[in-house]
Amino acid sequence: MTKIVVDPITRIEGHLRVEAEVSGGKVSDAWVSGTMFRGIEKILQGRDPRDAWFWTQRFCGVCTTVHSIASIRAVEDALKIQIPPNAQLIRNIIIGIQTVQDHVIHFYHLHALDWVDITSGLKADPVKTAQLAASISDWPNNSPTYFKAIQDRVKTFVASGRLGPFANAYWGHPAYRLPPEANLMATAHYLEALEWQKDVIKIHAILGSKNPHPQTFLVGGMSIPIDPDSQNALNADKLIEIKRLLKKSQDFVEKVYIPDLLAVASFYKDWAAIGSGVGNYMCYPEFPDASGKTWLPGGAILNRDISKVVPLDQKKITEHVEHSWYQDAPGAGGLHPWEGSTEPQYTGPKPPYEFLDTSKKYSWVKAPRYEEKAMEVGPLSRVLVAYVSGHKETKGAVDMVLAKLGVGPTALFSTLGRTGARGIDCLLIARQLPTWLNELIGNISKGDYRIHANEKWDPSTWPAEAHGYGWHEAPRGGLGHWIKIKDQKILNYQAVVPSTWNASPRDAKGQAGPYEAALIGTPIADPGKPLEILRTIHSFDPCLACAVHVLDATGKETVQVKVC
Amino acid sequence: MSKSKTEEPEGTVSGGCKKEDYSISELLKERGVSRRDFLKFCSTVTAAMALPATFAPKVAQALDEVKRPPLVWLEFQGCTGDSEALLRSANPTVGEIVLDILSVDYHETIMAAAGHQAEAALDKTITDYKGKYFCVIEGSIPMKDGGIYGCVGGKSHLERARQVVGGAAATIAIGNCAAYGGIAAAAPNPTGAVGVMEAVPGATVINLPGCPCNADNLTATVVHYLVFGKIPALDSHGRPLFAYGKRIHDNCERRPHFDAGQYVEQWGDDGHRKGFCLYKMGCKGPATFHNCPSQRYNEKTSWPVAAGHPCAGCAEPAFWDTMSPMYRRLPNVPGFGIEHTADVIGLGLAAGVAGGFAVHGALAAMRKDKEPGDDTKEG
Repeated sequence: MTKIVVDPITRIEGHLRVEAEVSGGKVSDAWVSGTMFRGIEKILQGRDPRDAWFWTQRFCGVCTTVHSIASIRAVEDALKIQIPPNAQLIRNIIIGIQTVQDHVIHFYHLHALDWVDITSGLKADPVKTAQLAASISDWPNNSPTYFKAIQDRVKTFVASGRLGPFANAYWGHPAYRLPPEANLMATAHYLEALEWQKDVIKIHAILGSKNPHPQTFLVGGMSIPIDPDSQNALNADKLIEIKRLLKKSQDFVEKVYIPDLLAVASFYKDWAAIGSGVGNYMCYPEFPDASGKTWLPGGAILNRDISKVVPLDQKKITEHVEHSWYQDAPGAGGLHPWEGSTEPQYTGPKPPYEFLDTSKKYSWVKAPRYEEKAMEVGPLSRVLVAYVSGHKETKGAVDMVLAKLGVGPTALFSTLGRTGARGIDCLLIARQLPTWLNELIGNISKGDYRIHANEKWDPSTWPAEAHGYGWHEAPRGGLGHWIKIKDQKILNYQAVVPSTWNASPRDAKGQAGPYEAALIGTPIADPGKPLEILRTIHSFDPCLACAVHVLDATGKETVQVKVC
Repeated sequence: MSKSKTEEPEGTVSGGCKKEDYSISELLKERGVSRRDFLKFCSTVTAAMALPATFAPKVAQALDEVKRPPLVWLEFQGCTGDSEALLRSANPTVGEIVLDILSVDYHETIMAAAGHQAEAALDKTITDYKGKYFCVIEGSIPMKDGGIYGCVGGKSHLERARQVVGGAAATIAIGNCAAYGGIAAAAPNPTGAVGVMEAVPGATVINLPGCPCNADNLTATVVHYLVFGKIPALDSHGRPLFAYGKRIHDNCERRPHFDAGQYVEQWGDDGHRKGFCLYKMGCKGPATFHNCPSQRYNEKTSWPVAAGHPCAGCAEPAFWDTMSPMYRRLPNVPGFGIEHTADVIGLGLAAGVAGGFAVHGALAAMRKDKEPGDDTKEG
């Protein structure tokens, strides 16, 4: 038995550490630790609830919109605010393009190098590469000249001897299986995607001033004014630019991302039987219309039983700290986010350290549970719940992918399934986005310029006490914010974040979190180069700055912020 | 290079290849970037550095001569927002290549290597290029309780910062967190978070605050160093004057509406749709020094005020505490002059905070006719 440590796990957001025991060429046990803590929820206490979106947005600069959305929804729920239809549609467009862009970045820039050996592409024949590319897509950039130019560019780079961010990687590892031509094609698209993502996310800048961290959200609506007769508002010029960018995003997803995903996956089908995880999947409903009805359904699938979707009840969510660096709650079991009472209490080794004591507390990430079960969240959960619910577009896309790979639905319960589901999710949303834009244009044509419900903007109109929650399906999965408001200020704030669900350590019963469970059984060809661990961990798209947070004792005197 | 006594002879790197000594323009040519595009890039960074256009040839000449300096990027208590900003940098093709050309030897978000191999790459660069590499720090550094609130590879952020910043030619603290502690340092600062200057006293640090930083300002800072061989002139908060020398309010496209007393009163009202001044909705532009109005974001697409939302003051030290609540108007818009320095404004702001935002400022007193309305009850 060998114990290995991978820290830092790179190509993720934030600071993540994996400790794993390897025996017989496989991971026999694993512990996952979040190693950074900021305490933003504690900082939020005593502040203006209308500002919370701006603060919680800084949970994460990769997710960059998702906490804003969950936050304004939580405050709107607490204060019973109905937002105008245009604000709902603008939010859907912002959420949608965030997910599409985020998934593409994940596939090419965070995950691809687990499957693609860039150095092998140097041996590729550009003519054959062009033939391969043309056989899977009619994307214009698939000429031999194009791939030759990319190859030359990489050759120059490698010849320089200084590989920058590509130095010291696991190149040549036996677990890499793509032929040189597929490696070259993927490398070319890695570079193309880098250009593409900058362009399509300009939709956030048009609707919300900038990206990352768009500055446009308001409790009660959005701050981008609408007026076709003004140059300072959302007008025809800006709408048509959004339309163009949506087309560009859909084209790339359909003609590059999905064909690449299928091509790469076809060489790694054994990974459809690796990295299964906890087997419980959960997602929240998302993309509401003006009536509040959502385009994607929420729910849970338990024990891989795809015969039914279990409806969710937010009261059944609790968080455990048995193995997390927080003071234990009085009494046993986890606590609901509204009732949470934890304080940071580091009991790990003094840095610098070699190993954590995983029998005790070993992570800044808490352990959320639904009905005491560890749940996986993310695109796979979203796609599974929609598929089992009979969501038409999802069913079509899932069946297409399964047929092309020649595998059944159970193949989805895996590392490869997670990566495939992210592509399906991306495709569905990229195709749906123009619908929301067209609805927005339709409203504007009818003279509806409303973007904000003003009635409860002034805090003096609020009740003395209120509490609410906001759910949002972020790219990485189900996100929930819970807020308690007292005397116009935040009394308590708690976020239960996708990566908190997925990166959770053991709970009081010793149940492993989804990353940990998924790692068990992962083959390891060379413990000194644990490429396979990266594959499974990256298939979840970890986001650790999001995952780590704290709430303060309910009833404890709120922190006095000096300007309030 | 005094410490680069590894098994390899001087002048080679791992793999035995000859050390890279192309200049930036040569490398760009190798990669199929035309001279014309290169010069276009030079013009853009020249503009970002607030230099006259006549400097563009000088920038081009300097870049012709510059060799590939290595850069290591460390993230501490951050949200990766500044790394994301880098990915959106306003000069896509060439910007990306320039960062390549800088030889980004360590950046956890994008690098292929992980774990020990990643750590080894960092160690190699900071040893082989001691005193010559650039360091970029993203995120604050937690000082409390022996630094336990942030670790990578089992080492605390503070330990890593001392090690890496200490040997750098210059360190860029990118974003408000690395510059001043940012959000993690907001009251009650649970982890004792501070910026790089405070954590590693004596180091050569350039602060590029913003939440996140505008990547154009990062590119311009690096190019400034390469062109002029020294770091740019800084203000008292360690920010380059070329990007933080002017107040947002003085360069704001909506300033005429402020002067004319035309304000947004309610989200979505007539004034909001017509692009009136956002002062009454809480805009912090009058107390913030940043080039947002001219530089904008995402290839100059927009910036907060242009999209109808107030400035949040994110380039200022401690803005999370001093500039919030976000939608409360500033009590005191200091003066009319466009030559106010950050120091004077900072004092005014501190006084305003101390007074609980109850006092109206000189502006209101002097301009009764166009005064933005009574806000004392919000104090």
